[in-house]
Amino acid sequence: MSTRLASQGRLINKDKAVAFTFNGKHLQGFEGDTLASALLANDQMLIGRSFKYHRPRGVVASGAEEPNGLVNLGKGASFEPNARVTTTELFEGLTATSQNHWPTLEFDVGAINTQLSRFLPAGFYYKMFMYPRSFWKHVYEPIIRKSAGLGKAPKDRDHDTYEHFHTHVDVLVVGGGIAGLAAAKAAGERGARVLLIEQTADWGGRAVVDTPTVDGIPAQEWINNTIQVLENMHNVDMRLRCMGAGVYDHGYTLAYERLTDHAPGDEGPRHRLWCIRAKQIVTATGAIERPLSFAANDLPGVLLASAVRDYAVNFGVSIGDRTVVVTNNDDAYRTAIVLKEAGLDVPVIVDARVQAEGELIDRARALGIRVEMGKGVASVKGGKRVTGVALCAQAGEGAVLEEIDCDCVAMSGGWSPVVHLWSHCGGKLDWDADQVMFRPDPERAPTGADGQAFVITAGVANGHLFTAEAVSDGWAAGRAAAKAAGYTKRGAQAPMGEDAAEGPISPVWLMPQGARHALRAKAWLDFQNDVKVSDVQLAAQEGFESVEHAKRYTTLGMATDQGKLSNINGLAILSQSLNADIPNVGTTTFRPPYTPISMASIAGVARDDLFQPIRMTPVSEWSNNNGADNEPVGQWRRPFAYVRPGESVQTAVNREVKNTRENLGLLDASTLGKLIVKGPDAGKFLDMMYTNMMSTLPVGKCRYGLMCSENGFLSDDGVVVRMAEDTWLCHTTTGGAEHIHAHMEDWLQCEWWDWKVYVANVTEQYAQIAVVGPHARKLLRKLGGMDVSAEALPFMQWREGKIGDFDARVFRISFSGELSYEIAVPAGQGAAFWEALMEAGEEFGIMPYGTETLHILRAEKGFIMIGDETDGTVIPQDLNLQWALSKKKEDYLGKRAHERSHMADPDRWKLVGLATEDGSVLPDGAYAIAEGENANGQRNTQGRVTSTYYSANLERGIAMGLVHKGPERMGEVIEFNKVDGTTVRAKIVDPVFYDKDGEKQNV
Amino acid sequence: MLILRCPYCGVETDETDLQGGGQAHLKREGPGSSDDDFEDYLFMRENPKGVHFERWRHVYGCGKWFLAARCTNTLEVFGTYPAQTLEPPQEIKDKITAKRPGWSWGTFQ
Repeated sequence: MSTRLASQGRLINKDKAVAFTFNGKHLQGFEGDTLASALLANDQMLIGRSFKYHRPRGVVASGAEEPNGLVNLGKGASFEPNARVTTTELFEGLTATSQNHWPTLEFDVGAINTQLSRFLPAGFYYKMFMYPRSFWKHVYEPIIRKSAGLGKAPKDRDHDTYEHFHTHVDVLVVGGGIAGLAAAKAAGERGARVLLIEQTADWGGRAVVDTPTVDGIPAQEWINNTIQVLENMHNVDMRLRCMGAGVYDHGYTLAYERLTDHAPGDEGPRHRLWCIRAKQIVTATGAIERPLSFAANDLPGVLLASAVRDYAVNFGVSIGDRTVVVTNNDDAYRTAIVLKEAGLDVPVIVDARVQAEGELIDRARALGIRVEMGKGVASVKGGKRVTGVALCAQAGEGAVLEEIDCDCVAMSGGWSPVVHLWSHCGGKLDWDADQVMFRPDPERAPTGADGQAFVITAGVANGHLFTAEAVSDGWAAGRAAAKAAGYTKRGAQAPMGEDAAEGPISPVWLMPQGARHALRAKAWLDFQNDVKVSDVQLAAQEGFESVEHAKRYTTLGMATDQGKLSNINGLAILSQSLNADIPNVGTTTFRPPYTPISMASIAGVARDDLFQPIRMTPVSEWSNNNGADNEPVGQWRRPFAYVRPGESVQTAVNREVKNTRENLGLLDASTLGKLIVKGPDAGKFLDMMYTNMMSTLPVGKCRYGLMCSENGFLSDDGVVVRMAEDTWLCHTTTGGAEHIHAHMEDWLQCEWWDWKVYVANVTEQYAQIAVVGPHARKLLRKLGGMDVSAEALPFMQWREGKIGDFDARVFRISFSGELSYEIAVPAGQGAAFWEALMEAGEEFGIMPYGTETLHILRAEKGFIMIGDETDGTVIPQDLNLQWALSKKKEDYLGKRAHERSHMADPDRWKLVGLATEDGSVLPDGAYAIAEGENANGQRNTQGRVTSTYYSANLERGIAMGLVHKGPERMGEVIEFNKVDGTTVRAKIVDPVFYDKDGEKQNV
Repeated sequence: MLILRCPYCGVETDETDLQGGGQAHLKREGPGSSDDDFEDYLFMRENPKGVHFERWRHVYGCGKWFLAARCTNTLEVFGTYPAQTLEPPQEIKDKITAKRPGWSWGTFQ
């Protein structure tokens, strides 16, 4: 059983007990424990069930690479799935539950899958669930969805806070082991601004477990001294619990700091996402031990040798009383030595190498440990935990030589440098055949804006697995990084490390080398996604030869651990299956983040009111106090309708629609874009921007204009006003002000840069209010000021003057078909002007109206709306707007495009009105069906609805749509599909439903 | 995330302050152009692994459009220059030649 040792445990404080629960069981650990070490100290070996076969699983590793130990953490608002037990620090009251099983962890019905595993090979889903077609939607997908996935998504709102932090540094050092500390010190001494980050809660990395010496003193002492020196350097910042997540272009780096995960309830944000601009980055990210592939290597109790050592040294936890060590290298002997010295039994060290000699092997032998060379593990015995191992010859097929009882297996297949950060932004790798690993190739580093390397890798991450090399390499990297960042002050000498000499490793990708299929089908590569040696071999056999294809076919390395333990073993098996060298097969792409980061940390403070800025008009406050039911329009919030107490939104809309036609309506049109275009060449410029002629517009007059992209598609519309000889005011759509402004700037700066024109966006400088309806003129006369008579201010003209006491520009334009004045006043006078109009309009039955009434009134008149009638594929000709395409102008944006054959095609869908036979409202976006089917067996279509409303004035549904040859088919009835599967019949009619002769606006 | 120097205000600016505008040095084709020429202008773009010329706007800064010569493969930036030109300045072309002898892009080399 796994238990707490009386001695050891450098990270825990045995004077301070910490209570927690696992699956409702009350357990106890110590301050300094991780959830993994605390569970193991309580003999909780079984922690979860595997993804596909629901195999019992326990902890394999001791750090961020852990594939199995995933639990649900907390509950309610702080619930979090898939938390790694090895990186979760224990705190008082922690509650964890296991995941991926039903009904209980100990008894899981899904475990039947493991019996069925020979029927569930790689690619099973792709092969099995193809036919019959209809089964996919109704049978296969619901079942697969139910059983797929690891944890469950939280349901409650997250009450914690998160933030982003932006900083610039000269040298960023990722990793706080001895190499990282040496690098930070070397760079700091040279005067560079240094940020040193470490993903765990402690400095020192693995050196403190393996106890080498540095500069003649024990590693722990050297680390303590170095930390003290660094803390006293004003130019060095240090952060624990801060993981280097990703390296991006030109030295941009994201780091993920977990501030209160270990101490919930503390003040401040839970996670902080660091957005770092570093001149140079040193990646001292260490290495990860590889598992060995032998049968049943996934049983609880089979751990990485380094993890067994970590639990003993750091947390005083023994995984078992009798530990069999299986290895292909010297390093794993350290585990045997540590265990033996702690008084535990190591019945045998199984070394796959035929012959090996070295200091560590001698020490193990001297402690009386039996060492078996040239042997391997044929299979691990046990059900929910290890009970023994069967030994065999590594060179054979797995004939059992001997069975040995044990309750822990410590395996080591060698070490893989953590090259993720090096690789994120293009750093390339070399295969080091001697050390059996991929290591960064310094000749092919990620390069920055100056074409020079901006990432230096150091220490173990650079392939220097031994203390002496690692610490001096870290120092050299720090010095080089500081120099590259421009700091050349002299610093102290390189530190000197010393540890036990080790012999060479021998590559072992399968144990035994000639393992039969039955063994290979139980030899796990990817524990989290349940991928075995046999699956990768099957992928190769079925033609998935590229490592990227094999990965996706088998799902190797695609789980939340991103294959930290499995990738190298998997591609070695693939390369053997393909009879190719490992470097020729290559690796899959390393992508950020290094370990998962919370979605909330990405959002930072951008939630609720801070999610995005909300734009307000001078009238917004009045509207919000008077029943406005707002809808988002770009970043604006515009009243959809002004709802009175007791009214539904639809009733309010109907009331506003009728009242505006019969009496008087008031619309806050301040959101409309207002661009001033000014200069000697402004007319020439606007003639290029708009499809119609704007240079000839007389001062004092207004003209409706269309804008097309260079592709010929309609992009915006609005009324253009000639304000002075060299000045025009262009109204754009509400959503269009910024991008039309940008569009104009683009052409002015990049194409016609010699034209003398300025463009200014004055959208927010003016409040613009539309006074609409038969009583509009009476209201303005009552307020007094300028002459607004039909003679003094005819339709499509404008004047500047006073309305009441307000400074006003009055445009006689109409988007409703009513007598209408759009009046712009300085923004600061907007609210007062609105209230003055409301007060004076009372006797005329004035009511404010919202965007829905605006839409209905324009649809009754057949006026198009950008974004409804247009969608980026519609040209003016489709909307019968040929009249707005100037024939006199030689050129304008979109003119050449309209000559293209598809644009001039007579078969394009064109705008018509649509009147349902039963008077109902057509569904928005509905398609008109046509005879026959297309090549995909879908019903042919002949048109679609672009705008559809209930018109209270006409007491029926009205709609516009684009229909094949529509204008030629007036009076024809076509059928539209409804969502419920039925159809509705509609007659093709003139899109102008109301006041066809325009008598109402022209009075 | 790239850093580019705005040639107008001199700021070394983060990509988040910029707006990309696609390929630089397009020659506009208007009415009277052939279908092939117009199609090239509208749709055909360079997509090199190597030297490239791009349009960028310092949208959250001075608002000016500028052009950048950079390597899409190594992310090296050879230089940025104002957009009011039909071809890259000789100085930038020389710089590219020094680093990437024999380069060519469109009609430039």
